[in-house]
Amino acid sequence: MTNQNAVEARNVIKAFGQGTSAVRALDDVSVNIQRGEFFTLLGPSGCGKTTLLRLIAGFEMPSGGTILLEGTDITYLPPNQRPVNTVFQSYALFPHLSVAQNISFGLEMQGKPAAEVKARTDKMLALVQMEAMAGRKTSQLSGGQQQRVALARALAPQPKVLLLDEPLSALDYKLRKEMQIELKRLQHETGITFVFVTHDQEEALTMSDRVGVMSAGKLQQVGTPREIYTRPVNRFVASFIGETNFLPASVVPGGVKLGCGAVIAVEGLSGQGATTLTIRPEQVRLVDAAEAEAIPATVTNLVYFGTDTHCYLALPDGAEVVARLQSPSNGEVGLQQGQKVALRFVPGAAQVLAD
Amino acid sequence: MAERSFSASHLPGFTVVALAVFTMLYVPIFILVANSFAVTYSASLWDGLTLDWYAKAWENEAVQSATLRSLVIALSASIIATFCATMAALGTTRRRAFKGQTLIYVMINQPLMVPEIVTAVALLIFFASIKVATGYQGLGYLIAAHSAFCIPFAYLPIRARLEGMDLSLETAAADLYASPWMTFRRVTLPILAPGIIAGAMLAFVISLDDVVITEFVKSGGQDTLPTYMMGQLRRAMTPEVNAISSVLLVLTVLLLTAFFFLTRKND
Amino acid sequence: MTMSPAEIERDKASTRNAWALSTPALILLTFAACGPLFIMLVYSFLTKGQYGNVIGTFSLDGWRSILTSEDIFDPGVTVWADAHLSIFWRSVKLSVLTTILTLAIGFPTAWFIATRPPKSRPLWLFLITIPFWTNLLIRTVAIFEVIRNEGVINTLLIWASVISAPLQITYTDTAVFIGMVYVYLPLMVLPLFASIDRFDMRLIEAAHDLYASRMAVLRRVILPIVRPGVIAGSILVFVPSLGAVVTPRILGGGKNMMIGNFIELQFGQGRNWPLGAALSMTLLVIVTVALLFYVRVSSRENAHG
Repeated sequence: MTNQNAVEARNVIKAFGQGTSAVRALDDVSVNIQRGEFFTLLGPSGCGKTTLLRLIAGFEMPSGGTILLEGTDITYLPPNQRPVNTVFQSYALFPHLSVAQNISFGLEMQGKPAAEVKARTDKMLALVQMEAMAGRKTSQLSGGQQQRVALARALAPQPKVLLLDEPLSALDYKLRKEMQIELKRLQHETGITFVFVTHDQEEALTMSDRVGVMSAGKLQQVGTPREIYTRPVNRFVASFIGETNFLPASVVPGGVKLGCGAVIAVEGLSGQGATTLTIRPEQVRLVDAAEAEAIPATVTNLVYFGTDTHCYLALPDGAEVVARLQSPSNGEVGLQQGQKVALRFVPGAAQVLAD
Repeated sequence: MAERSFSASHLPGFTVVALAVFTMLYVPIFILVANSFAVTYSASLWDGLTLDWYAKAWENEAVQSATLRSLVIALSASIIATFCATMAALGTTRRRAFKGQTLIYVMINQPLMVPEIVTAVALLIFFASIKVATGYQGLGYLIAAHSAFCIPFAYLPIRARLEGMDLSLETAAADLYASPWMTFRRVTLPILAPGIIAGAMLAFVISLDDVVITEFVKSGGQDTLPTYMMGQLRRAMTPEVNAISSVLLVLTVLLLTAFFFLTRKND
Repeated sequence: MTMSPAEIERDKASTRNAWALSTPALILLTFAACGPLFIMLVYSFLTKGQYGNVIGTFSLDGWRSILTSEDIFDPGVTVWADAHLSIFWRSVKLSVLTTILTLAIGFPTAWFIATRPPKSRPLWLFLITIPFWTNLLIRTVAIFEVIRNEGVINTLLIWASVISAPLQITYTDTAVFIGMVYVYLPLMVLPLFASIDRFDMRLIEAAHDLYASRMAVLRRVILPIVRPGVIAGSILVFVPSLGAVVTPRILGGGKNMMIGNFIELQFGQGRNWPLGAALSMTLLVIVTVALLFYVRVSSRENAHG
């Protein structure tokens, strides 16, 4: 029987502590991670993403629920019997072993013949371009090099799933960008399923095939980066990924009505009463006041960001909207504080959120 | 001293006191070593240098047997204590608090807290009845007593090393298919080794130094080097004692220097 | 939510493991350190044997004779045992004085080490550690060499014509005092250093910036913050001082006994094991109280800080 799911978590619960003081790090989480995909668990610190990773690796036991690896129940299997390897946040390279010895450790523990261990280690060294450093102690390596060794070590035994626990968080910005590309390349070359944990939404959006957004022990939304960004299912996802405006509104036939009286067309609305409208700053346009559906506004502040300029606008009822304007070549957007302008939302971009 | 700038941490007079303290700590030790080379003991301004006292101590059969006994006890005690301490450190560190943990800590550190004379007297009472009951008079009592009071000294550096060790290293080993035993042998033990060696060395030094407990536990004719010296001091101060002291002193300094570099290099 | 059975089992196994690994140490310590203390407690309530050891009948004499003795001229009348009281008084007095003096000179020393540049600091610390680990007997012999009648001090003073006959320092309380300060000083400096080392020196600049004088900085900023180290050092010096045996024996001779020597005596020529056991228990109780006081104070400070 073939199973398209590399990892499947069913109703997983993880509680720390006991009785009334117990905290649910994972609260009924179910997710399917498909074979060969780059899956990212994204969320703020303490949201439970690392706990889920540790449960898949076998470092922790769930308080409830089941974890399957390619259809086999591995919920209570000890970590050394799971064909799953981890790249640790701190890398956890063995300080008493050389680079090559670190990489061959897992193969040796699996009891592979010496010749195979040697061949595979050399191949991994080549894969991460560390051949020249094979004999070095890991403490003599730079952060980026340690990162490569950690990757090679975890990939050497050809795991069914590679788990990566915020592996890039210790690197500086430039190196992080390089390693993001490197990781994508490795995943592509090896075809191994990657489960990547990060709190960096940009990292999640650029690298992943699919993203699972977590908050407070719950999986909030699973989808492609595009789906997550353009169609967030709730206020948390909308605000955690990218920047956005929230405007109080009430449902009226054919759309929602803002506090200032303007009606915004939103499709497929059901229900009634008060709700929240969200619109990304880049979907807010400054237009001529005479244009249809234009909403009058006053410029309250301008913040220069280089490529963009953020324009803070006050609607007639006092609600604040931020518009992201592309900075012209001379850097001057031609606006002043207090200036009366008009804005409109790009059609179809605004949506109503469940809280 | 060249700097004239304001230094907040400088407190007037402290440096003078500190340097005086260091002088005070070391001058008697140097005098002790110097006196061990003095031809005559009563005159303290030296009328010549000699190695006679060392030769005399070396040829003294009582000193020889006491030295041998001290080494046997210190070696056995440090091995036993280090073994027990390593196991206990592995059991008690790096885990969630559990019932009875405080009891184990108190037990292990008990020799550091209870005055030596109290332990010595209690052991005298206890071992005296065992000696009567079993008839066994051997070195076993001294080795057991020394092993027990050496445990906390061996335990502390091992525990410190364990606590400084990245927990994820063992997790990583398990992740890479190592069984718990292989994880211990291939990862934990090699990383722990400097701590174990340091602990064993401290235990050795502590055992070698003991006077009070040894005096109360030993059977007749079981003098160690310190109790032999103590016996000599009862009669009169002799340069022979100075010579033995100097040798012990040098041994201690050598071991400590090794310990110093052992614990520093691995930071 | 409670833990799943598997989690509970793992937790239990981990605790079992902790106990199993600690067992060898615990057995050895029970056999050769803690356990005998209980036997000694029992002995303190037995009758003394004529040639040492005890007879198995219950008696409070051991405890009673800590403070009282029978009047030699009037058997049956109990009087205060003046000799015992003077030994206790000497022990407490010398231990307190030793603690105070080691603190007074140990604090500047620890401060000095803590303010050395990071490169030379380990070396200074090492210089304090060597005496700490050096045989107590050897260090006592060393100080004896300095203060004996033919020792360096007397020779120098006579040579400089300050005195004509050697000062008798050895075999006095002063000698014991000097010796204890000498041998226990590292015990004061090390914990003091540990807490001064953690002290943020920028606080001094902040205090000076807020118009504090050097004295005010020491009293109002430094001392309150390094207090745990002061208490730890004081306990570490006071406890072994009170139980000192070797130093008072060598430097005090036979006459200037402290509690430790007095206990020793009961198991030697004194042949009064129940009294010796009762004295040991008393010493143990005093030490335990001091340690509990320390634990309470330090845990309270930790809770605050």
